[in-house]
Amino acid sequence: MRVTVRLFARLRDLAGSGELVRDVPVPATVESVWRALVADLPALRDYERTMSVAVNADYSKMSATVSDGDEVAFLPPVSGG
Amino acid sequence: MPAVAVTSAPLDLQALIDEIARSSTADGAIASFVGLVRDENQGRRVSFLEYEAYEPLAVRALQLIVAEAGAAWSDTRLGVHHRIGRLELGEASIVIVAASPHRAHAFAACRYTIERVKQIVPIWKHEHFEGGDVWLEGATADPDDEAARDTARRIACA
Repeated sequence: MRVTVRLFARLRDLAGSGELVRDVPVPATVESVWRALVADLPALRDYERTMSVAVNADYSKMSATVSDGDEVAFLPPVSGG
Repeated sequence: MPAVAVTSAPLDLQALIDEIARSSTADGAIASFVGLVRDENQGRRVSFLEYEAYEPLAVRALQLIVAEAGAAWSDTRLGVHHRIGRLELGEASIVIVAASPHRAHAFAACRYTIERVKQIVPIWKHEHFEGGDVWLEGATADPDDEAARDTARRIACA
């Protein structure tokens, strides 16, 4: 199945793109999407302990199930305001 | 004008005050907060900032904060507009308006809102300074983190 990965701020810079399409095996979780991503882009790995994740623009967890067509976002620590 | 917005347009505090104030005549106080782009950060001379957002989630997070503040101070009404894109020194990055019959609630809800924005809203500052640029990273966003919420509440009521 296919998911859209969204990356922001420094994660986007490290990946060289803010939006990637990834084919992942079923069943998939946010964590399995992340594992596939860092296998290709090991520079992202340092964010594993500090990032937040979202599925379809809602905060989620690494253990959450991901479905075909979902948008999975990985978010560095925030600095708005 | 929506009470909550993420926008690349310059922010207008008075317009947001007018928007929030016009829905009630019971208000005795409006507290507002305006966040500005400063010329110095951690010893660096800042040239300008670029703000980036995950917009749909940023709007949802702002709506969650407004709901939290509305639950904590039930007589208050809030407006929050956050700007994104390139901002020059002195420009407003965020405006918050809290209206209430009582000033204590207006001040508290306003302060709570900016503290929560810094905790859970997916917006990032890309700081451009003399000699380089850096992504600023603050809190790991987790809207369910009770300790963070309590911290914001404590600061708001201090």
